[in-house]
Amino acid sequence: MTLTAIIFAGILTYFTRMTMIALISRDMLGDKIKAVLEYVPSAVFPAIIFPGIFINDFGTFIEMNDPKIFGALVAVIVGYFSKNIIATISAGLVSYWFLIFVVFN
Amino acid sequence: MLTKKQLFTRGMLDISPHMLSVIPFGIICGAIGVELGFHPYLVYAMSFIIFGGASQIVFLQLLSGGASSLVAVASVGIINSRHLLYGAVLSEYLEKLSFIKKLLISYVVVDQGFAESNKFFKKNRSEEFLHYHLIGTGCTMWVCWQIATLSGIVLGSFVPEELGLKFAIPLTFIAIVVQDLKKLDHVIVMITCGLSSLLFFDAPFKSYIIISPVIALFVAALLLRLKK
Repeated sequence: MTLTAIIFAGILTYFTRMTMIALISRDMLGDKIKAVLEYVPSAVFPAIIFPGIFINDFGTFIEMNDPKIFGALVAVIVGYFSKNIIATISAGLVSYWFLIFVVFN
Repeated sequence: MLTKKQLFTRGMLDISPHMLSVIPFGIICGAIGVELGFHPYLVYAMSFIIFGGASQIVFLQLLSGGASSLVAVASVGIINSRHLLYGAVLSEYLEKLSFIKKLLISYVVVDQGFAESNKFFKKNRSEEFLHYHLIGTGCTMWVCWQIATLSGIVLGSFVPEELGLKFAIPLTFIAIVVQDLKKLDHVIVMITCGLSSLLFFDAPFKSYIIISPVIALFVAALLLRLKK
């Protein structure tokens, strides 16, 4: 039963990946749409970033002094100047850990 | 001209830093599935059949919370519908491939792989075998995801929960978009998407994940019109 649901979810997910690549030809999209599509990364990823920072495991908003906000700010600053993915992630995590394990402990 | 092998390797290298967040997250996903009481084989089958990060956790949480299979399947479909946008962007670069190759390559399109390959494609439009970069990012992600979820299933959550490693996921995406903060139009689009995602967070079926990009793309279209 669960396996059947997993298979359906898998087929559905595969279709989301395949449809635009295999079934739509590029000519079907006009220049205006192509220009808008340039913004896809900026228009999609914040929907993963913002809830990941501002909403906790219970689906409610965090306090404004939550260590995650500080960690994210550090990650943005380090990422902006270093242009390095590992540095960005590590800086965010380490500053977050510093707050939860050292400062708030 | 880079060879197929060079492009594949470049793809692997470009995505590998993201494994710093993907691997702990995969371990957590695998462990949560087993903790929720699902058979280990089923939890692993998801990594192979769905291969879709957070959507796998949501699927199991919904089922274990008593939701119907239909609701769980629909939620996975909605969460993963963002791939339609990735496909629309990538189709320009994959146009020349045969239909079969397009069908095969589609299986490995993931968030971070799309982001890194798209950056590479923009700078190297003239390369003949560009798609090998996407295969490189996608396959690296696939192998790491299988190993990570499998180890979470087998070993349980050996990543200490106190470390809050789920926080690495937003950080990995910050690393992807942070350079675009230099452009005001992109900043406006990002803030629109981020605020919309918080505003619509409680919308049914986790649909905030596609509602907010659609709103943000509308704002992007308006900005393009103002620019002219």
